[in-house]
Amino acid sequence: MSMINEITLIAIVVAVACALPGVFLVLRGTTMVSDAITHTVLLGIVLAFFVTQDLNSPLLMIGATLVGVATVWSIEALQQTKLLSNDAAIGIVFPLFFSIAIILITRYAGNVHLDEDSVLMGELAFAPFRRLMLFGLDVGPRALWTMLVILLINSLFIGLFYKELKITTFDAGFAAALGFSPVLIHYGLMTLVSLTAVGAYDSVGSILVVGFMVGPPLAAFLLTNKLHIMIGLTAVMAVINSTAGVRLAFMLDTTIAGMIAVVTGVTTLLVFVFSPEKGLIKATVNRKREQKKIDQRLKEIS
Amino acid sequence: MLEQIRFLLNDYTFQVVALGTGFLGLLSGVIGTYATLRKESLLGDALSHAALPGIGIGFILIQRKELSVLMLGAIISGLIATVIIQTMSRKTVVKLDSALSLILSSFFGLGLVILTSIQNNPNAQQAGLSNFIFGQASAMLRSDVQMIGLTGLVLLILVALFWKEFKVFTFDPMFGRTLGFSGKIVESLLSTMIVVTIILGLESVGVILISALLIGPSVAARQWTNRLSLVMLLAAGIGFVSGVTGTFISSMGTRIPTGPSIVVVVSLFVFLSLFISPKRGILARHVAYKKRQKVFMKQIRSLEE
Repeated sequence: MSMINEITLIAIVVAVACALPGVFLVLRGTTMVSDAITHTVLLGIVLAFFVTQDLNSPLLMIGATLVGVATVWSIEALQQTKLLSNDAAIGIVFPLFFSIAIILITRYAGNVHLDEDSVLMGELAFAPFRRLMLFGLDVGPRALWTMLVILLINSLFIGLFYKELKITTFDAGFAAALGFSPVLIHYGLMTLVSLTAVGAYDSVGSILVVGFMVGPPLAAFLLTNKLHIMIGLTAVMAVINSTAGVRLAFMLDTTIAGMIAVVTGVTTLLVFVFSPEKGLIKATVNRKREQKKIDQRLKEIS
Repeated sequence: MLEQIRFLLNDYTFQVVALGTGFLGLLSGVIGTYATLRKESLLGDALSHAALPGIGIGFILIQRKELSVLMLGAIISGLIATVIIQTMSRKTVVKLDSALSLILSSFFGLGLVILTSIQNNPNAQQAGLSNFIFGQASAMLRSDVQMIGLTGLVLLILVALFWKEFKVFTFDPMFGRTLGFSGKIVESLLSTMIVVTIILGLESVGVILISALLIGPSVAARQWTNRLSLVMLLAAGIGFVSGVTGTFISSMGTRIPTGPSIVVVVSLFVFLSLFISPKRGILARHVAYKKRQKVFMKQIRSLEE
């Protein structure tokens, strides 16, 4: 397989794997929690690295995922004190975790290949060089396999718990009354988000993961009112964004993940403006029409 | 140990950096109070990321690391991001947090794209542009501190001048509008001030951690009092002390970055305030709860008798 095809394939798998849990984040209005998670998994990676001393150990992934879940738990614990607003709680927790991670890195891990730059930015162009060897056979880039497994886990979770996810997202109280535990589903979803963020960090970097998670679902959300159509559209948008992003990045000779994030932003904003049902133009036209109606009624009355 | 501290306090570089981070903390304490009270604290996080493309474009235009031009670029791209975010969340069904995270990451991506293409064109001047992402307080110069001081002074004067207007629009924008103040002008002035504060902090504490400096002091101060003026004064104090203490810690130890250690100090203030503040604090509430329980039990017992 040629280099560009391999990178495109990895990009597509990463984009779809990130976008699937993103659907529920967008619907629940908790996308900034995922922003927090993508930053704090760095702390998990650092801590697990101190224990294992190996950047490729699967323990790294587990450690980082656990810290991601711990982030969600701390944010919610802070929110429940009601002493500060919900978004302030997010804004307090993740810089703290992130700062501790950076202090640990600069103090103790200065001489290994673990620096904040690579975690935050990532670089898809290097992904094909890290091969996965099975029984002495080259089976493809490691990132591709990692993200394929994560994509599979994400799809399985959404497939198996589709009705639970749907009902807890749209009406948590009703779900609880029926005997589903919204808390359990919530933490399941957040665990997936952390796992995906950890898996994607070395190819796209933790800040851009957020865009991968939010962009396609948001565009899909603006186009439809049906959950299953939204999931399908999300996957389509993810594929389009990543393919276009990779091509553009090669043409302009620049960072691939960054380019995909830019393309994601542009397509989502286009959908936002032009969406036939919920777009900006439609909303403005509607508002103008309502205003005119009211003006007319006022004239009639007077 | 004492000797070392005395030596450090007399060190010129330390004095400059501590003064700079202290000012920065003070300023973000004051401006951050508005951001947290308006429940827009994460806007700071998004804006600091959104400033990156502006810095890159500013550099491309003049091919030099002229701080004022880079800042101007950062302010413009920050304001564009604010406008997009507010249009998305106010005019349509899109939720504020989705808009924030989308703009945050796509602007940051654009910033990375621009910075990479700058790095591909050899130009010795570009070294240090990526400092904006993580910040480098120890590289602060006297001129930087002067700029922070001057800009900060302007912002503080604005706060004093428009005290009433900002107050009414923070707590009750509808009421403000019925009084005849222009909501658009006041709100855009406020967001511009928040953007300017963030940009001032970018070079020293970096894109990711500046939002903590904006949120932390005001959240901590909010626990102690219900008056806006007192919250703001306290937040300014906490911000100043955190800036200086963080710089002190990072200079005392070896290889401790300044930005993160400031954030850790700010967080300590926050958690301390959440626990021990006399009226709202977690401990105080627990004590009050126990007391109420006891009174209640006594009443029940007296009823039983």
